[in-house]
Amino acid sequence: MKTILYIIQKEFKQIFRNKGMLPIIFIMPILQLVILSNAATFEVKNIKFGYIDNDHTSTSRALVERFDASTYFNVLTDFPSEALASAAMLNGEVDVLLHIPTHFERDLQKEKYNNLGVTINAIDGAAAGVENVYVTQIVQRFNQNLKIDLFQISDQQIQPTSIQTIPLFWYNETLNYKTFMVPGILVLLVTMITLFLSGMNIVREKEIGTLEQINVTPIKKRQFIIGKLFPFWVIGMGLLTVGLVLAKVVFNIPMVGSLPLMYLYTSIYILVVLGIGLFISNFTETQQQAMFISWFFTVIFILMSGLFTPIESMPNWAQIITEFNPIRYFVEVMRMVMLKGSGFMDILPQLSKTLLYALVMDGLAVWSYKKTS
Amino acid sequence: MSNDHVIKVEGLTKMFGDFTAVNAITFEVEKGEIFGFLGANGAGKTTAMKMLIGISTPTSGKANVAGFDVFTNAEDIKKNIGYMSQKFALYDDLTVKENITFFGGIYGLSRKEIKEKSAVLIEELELEKAANKLVGSLPLGWKQKLSFSVSLLHDPKIVFLDEPTGGVDPITRRQFWEMIYKAANQGTTVFVTTHYMDEAEYCDRVSIMVNGTIEALDTPKKLKERFKTDTMNDVFLKLARG
Amino acid sequence: MKRFIGFIKKEYYHIFRDKRSLFILFGMPIAQIMLFGFAITNEINNVDIAILDHSKDVDTKEIIHKISASKYFSIDQLIEKESDIETIFKKGKVKAVLNFEKDFGKNLIKDGEATIQIITDATDPNTANTISNYVNAILAQYQKELNKDVTIAYQITPRTRMVYNPELKSVYMFVPGVMTIILMLVSAMMTSISITREKELGTMEILLVSPLKPFQVIVGKVFPYIFLSIINAVVIVLLSIFIFKMPVQGSLFLLALESILFIISALALGILISTISATQQTAMMISLMGLMLPVILLSGFIFPISSMPLPLQLISNIIPAKWFIIIIKGIMLKGVGFQFIWKETLILVGMTVFFIGLSVKKYKIRLE
Repeated sequence: MKTILYIIQKEFKQIFRNKGMLPIIFIMPILQLVILSNAATFEVKNIKFGYIDNDHTSTSRALVERFDASTYFNVLTDFPSEALASAAMLNGEVDVLLHIPTHFERDLQKEKYNNLGVTINAIDGAAAGVENVYVTQIVQRFNQNLKIDLFQISDQQIQPTSIQTIPLFWYNETLNYKTFMVPGILVLLVTMITLFLSGMNIVREKEIGTLEQINVTPIKKRQFIIGKLFPFWVIGMGLLTVGLVLAKVVFNIPMVGSLPLMYLYTSIYILVVLGIGLFISNFTETQQQAMFISWFFTVIFILMSGLFTPIESMPNWAQIITEFNPIRYFVEVMRMVMLKGSGFMDILPQLSKTLLYALVMDGLAVWSYKKTS
Repeated sequence: MSNDHVIKVEGLTKMFGDFTAVNAITFEVEKGEIFGFLGANGAGKTTAMKMLIGISTPTSGKANVAGFDVFTNAEDIKKNIGYMSQKFALYDDLTVKENITFFGGIYGLSRKEIKEKSAVLIEELELEKAANKLVGSLPLGWKQKLSFSVSLLHDPKIVFLDEPTGGVDPITRRQFWEMIYKAANQGTTVFVTTHYMDEAEYCDRVSIMVNGTIEALDTPKKLKERFKTDTMNDVFLKLARG
Repeated sequence: MKRFIGFIKKEYYHIFRDKRSLFILFGMPIAQIMLFGFAITNEINNVDIAILDHSKDVDTKEIIHKISASKYFSIDQLIEKESDIETIFKKGKVKAVLNFEKDFGKNLIKDGEATIQIITDATDPNTANTISNYVNAILAQYQKELNKDVTIAYQITPRTRMVYNPELKSVYMFVPGVMTIILMLVSAMMTSISITREKELGTMEILLVSPLKPFQVIVGKVFPYIFLSIINAVVIVLLSIFIFKMPVQGSLFLLALESILFIISALALGILISTISATQQTAMMISLMGLMLPVILLSGFIFPISSMPLPLQLISNIIPAKWFIIIIKGIMLKGVGFQFIWKETLILVGMTVFFIGLSVKKYKIRLE
């Protein structure tokens, strides 16, 4: 036990003495949490909208007016020709184009029916889908008022049967994206910092030659690994704390659930990450290799974590892969406990899988540390 | 094993794939002697030493260090030996005192012992002014002396030195050998590799390794007589050129 | 020149002898493209929902049937009381509950109006909103069937044409992003690490006192990575063409030139990082921690830049990846020529010159 304390003391001194690293460990994650949480949103707004009005009647102007009034669209220009409009589309100046045909109003009055051309830049397929919904909604609402406002025809239709829907958004009534992203990004930052630091740690001592000096001492493998784990564990818990405070103070994220439960889970989770990091560190020869491997797994883990895109939409085989992704569990638990107030029993599956993972990874870290080659 | 032999090696071999780095070497080192382990670069000195200090498992053969077998009891050997590698291996980003405390700590010394020992050590090395400076900022000679002293912190039975005087000036080398003598006088066995042939003259006995095998082993005086030369340098040249 | 070639050879040996790093270097883009192509989508499907049916009549059964037939939803369970909603949401699996009012069918016939609550777990606002929209769409369809006989006067129907990606495949959106993020991180990270590594091991001094000019030393170190990055870019483009049938509408030659430009600007950024960091550890942390999240989040790779708050939209302009993503999308999907992307190209050139200039300046200060 005493031996472990000496290692911990040494590691802390080395971390706090490295002036180049301190801002990267403590300031950069905080800045990123504060800034980048604002960036991660799938909301579609400020849509770059243009139109070609070949009709120039009160009806066509009224229709454009509707788009102008909508908060989703930034109405840009009335393009005088199709050629100019499609050039603007190629340029990326416009993402949604409305083509109002000639004799639009006249045909509508005559036929009671007309088509409207809409072109959407669909490279971002999800956004294009949403844009299409917005366009359709605006046109439908325009339809409903058309007869009353424009043609002064009184409503003599039979009232159709209708199903009313009342959407209720629990836990996040205003659909605030930050409520969703801040806990997730906090998870990422805690994971990345602890993984990269531990991943580079032992291999760094290998490269500068001090590990050999340690290997000729009678220190036990498990003492060494625990001594290495602990300082990074403290840093991870510290980051979590700072992150939670920021989440509350800066973003006003609701914290419904139990803080001790969050800390309990995180304390186990960080052990998983550190185990992976030290395992990588033991298994590689240079810091460059270690970083590369950590980077590879981080990217895959992030993408497969459900942080940005929903896991349940993935095909089955991919969902099975995510079962082995520790970040997935951390993201789930943070969101469940923080935002919904899930209790111990609710997160028990995640908690027990993480605990098992921690035992395996930390075991591997001790096993892979070879004092003798 | 006789009580006088703190290192006993028989047919010790290390292969890396097809390459035999150390080929069935056999020798004994007596308690309290300064044993010089000589050889050209690449002759297998460092590999042999790493097997003796328990950080490299031999391919075959037998070796017993400080009463323990290198195959089965490597960790017990480590309690009883000190080691100074040819690459400086203290922490550059810790101070002199912190390095002493750390290594004392992992060898299981008590706080009190560490305090006493570091006071003595710092005084002997005349490092009082530098005690709280980062080791990385010290000149190489001081670093080497410090790392030798650190390897002796836990009063090991044997200390292994891998080219301890590489790259330091003649005055520091002289001081370094004085430290070695002092340790030997206090009963510590010193196992030292070097390729400075003048240093070989300071050893009680030397062995000369060529291409993984020990070609000669005796006192410097007897070796010079046997090869009819005046210096160890010539002994070495005769052997190395085969 | 001979010396210089010898030096480049040395760098090649360094890289190609390290099998593990090579494996990652080339495995990474393949793994990412595959994941994005086959596994990751920001669409929703098969979302687990629960039903709370207080009415249990013909209409509710029909609606439930329609919902469960849709590919978007799968019905996980039927619950009996309101208080169950909280419990199942807390477990996390079920994302929405449809709550049919009492006497749903009766009300529909008697008053011509009945109510369903769509209760969603909005911790993920995007999914919640999409679920709500899809349920509404299914109900609207059902309503239309109920109202078959009622005709509505005056109807404008939008005829939407989805251009550049008619099938709305999310892989079209992700390929340019993956390519950018890989080229950026590989180039910037690898160069910054390999240069600081020589500094740390002390071999940089040896190189600098050699007859090679400092400029040659840096170019020599960076050159192999240009080559590696180009291979990566080629692999990504080939995968996207042959596996995901993604078109390259524009000129391949232009795409190649622009990619090389972007690689060089990422390498220049890597050199800059190496001049400001003393150890490999610092260089890695700057290039990983400093670049990874901003490149993923602020480049328009996953999240649309135009929806971000204005200050972030401004910040996104200094991310080279943003401009490259616009360029690739332009060439590959829209098929534009140089006249449409010269602005973005110029910005990348400007950034590259800036990074190199700053590195040279920092480097000189260090040597003095």
